[in-house]
Amino acid sequence: MIEIQNLTKKYGQIVAVNNISFNVNKGEIVGFLGPNGAGKSTTMNIITGYLPSTAGTVKVDGYDIMTHPAEVKKRIGYLPEAPPLYRDMTVTEYLKFVSNLNNVPKKNQKGQMADIMELVGLTDHRKRLINNLSKGYRQRVGLAQALIGNPEVLILDEPTVGLDPRQIIEIRRVIKALSQERTIILSSHILPEVSAICERVVIINKGIIAAEDTPERLSQGLDKALKLSLTIAGPKDSIIKAVKKIDGIKYMEASGKAGENAYKYILEGLSEEDIREKIFFAMAENGWPVLEMKPSVKTLEDIFISVVTKGQEVQ
Amino acid sequence: MFTVAKKEISTYFKSPIAYILIGLFMLMISIMFYTPFSIGSGDFMPVLQNMGFFLIFLVPIMTMRILAEDRKNGTEVLLLTSPTSLTQIILGKFLAMYFVFLVITILSMIYPIINFAYGGVFTVQLVGGYIGFLLLGASFVAIGVFASAVTENQIVAAIISFVTLLIMWMADAFSTQVGGIIGTIMGWISLLSRYDIFTKGILGLPEIAYFILFTGLFIFLTIRVIERRRWIQG
Repeated sequence: MIEIQNLTKKYGQIVAVNNISFNVNKGEIVGFLGPNGAGKSTTMNIITGYLPSTAGTVKVDGYDIMTHPAEVKKRIGYLPEAPPLYRDMTVTEYLKFVSNLNNVPKKNQKGQMADIMELVGLTDHRKRLINNLSKGYRQRVGLAQALIGNPEVLILDEPTVGLDPRQIIEIRRVIKALSQERTIILSSHILPEVSAICERVVIINKGIIAAEDTPERLSQGLDKALKLSLTIAGPKDSIIKAVKKIDGIKYMEASGKAGENAYKYILEGLSEEDIREKIFFAMAENGWPVLEMKPSVKTLEDIFISVVTKGQEVQ
Repeated sequence: MFTVAKKEISTYFKSPIAYILIGLFMLMISIMFYTPFSIGSGDFMPVLQNMGFFLIFLVPIMTMRILAEDRKNGTEVLLLTSPTSLTQIILGKFLAMYFVFLVITILSMIYPIINFAYGGVFTVQLVGGYIGFLLLGASFVAIGVFASAVTENQIVAAIISFVTLLIMWMADAFSTQVGGIIGTIMGWISLLSRYDIFTKGILGLPEIAYFILFTGLFIFLTIRVIERRRWIQG
């Protein structure tokens, strides 16, 4: 659905986006991740036709943005970083204006606007001036604006920024619901968000793609060895000694006190082999109760930081 | 095109700026009109000429926000990423501004009507003068829209269009004084000398063409400026 090839954008001497290529398939929802100034918004601005690229091509549904801008723009709903709102209009007036801009036929406008406002939770606020709405509601109006004209592709630049936790969950639900029939690119620097909604993650740093995969594979691929965090009641040194007798342990150390007589430990195995049962029985033999034992999975946060810092080392 | 125009017009008449401008303009005309009227002169032409001069102050304030505000508030993204083309957007904005100007023009017609009521004579000059005024307004508005596209600061936009209009207004006087190449160039851009022809009641085809081309040129330049800026900045 979206093909990006060798895309480069320079602002004078500064290279904001450096020769990136990736595809987004129809119906897919892709997370675009990166630190501030990585080139996320620039890339999105180019895909939506707001900025021209210095080199490379962007095609949406087979249409090149440079040669067929109207065809591409018709298919894209865009929520920029700062929602493009006219504050002196009411929500309804604004959405009506956007409908006309997107050439939505007059007879469909009312129904479509009502559906969209219902979806993003604006129905009760439809007669209010945008200027008087809170930041969270303005963000919703921005999202509603992107949905006008029923575009096949949605480009959302940090859609949940500035929302309260309850609204974030709600907007994520909305995005998830929308992804049923649409292709979505969503940028964020909130990692759990991306892992919660996206099927695929593209990590971009300093204008280049640093990693690209599913959130699960990204977390696995980084380090396969088993990692556990444990809480065991009993004498610290003896416990560590006993555990280290088990095969396949790379290291184990106490990471803190967890009660009067209990300590927290972190443990790393040499391989993927699951040694949890062995640890349990070893502890049970000695009469040291295992209070807690859980695999510590690498979060996207860890991956993100390691990918981003790796990039810096290379440079 | 009409979507944008309609939206801009409603924005203008929802904000106080349109009313303040119209009120000020009417006040100025009233003062200009009253002096000759009170001594029984029914000649409206000097007033019409002065109205042209007031436009130099009115139009920059009227047009300063039309594009600069979109750029500042980020609503430019909405317009530029919609399937509506840049040309349509700019034409819509221009039409909206011209509509506000038309409202002012129509309101100003009260004064000739008062004249008639007190025995004034309907003259060809008056018709010619108003046609000239409409054409003059179009080119002024086009310059104002252009200035608003150059910067995201509304005040700067107003100053640019004010200075530009002032130079063009004075160009006639300059061209005769300076002479030479500069004088010739000043003659080309002199809107006043062409407007004067209309107020004499002459409908000159070259003058009509001049104003229309002038307006078209500045609308074209506006589109080019925005297009160019997209290429060079972020």
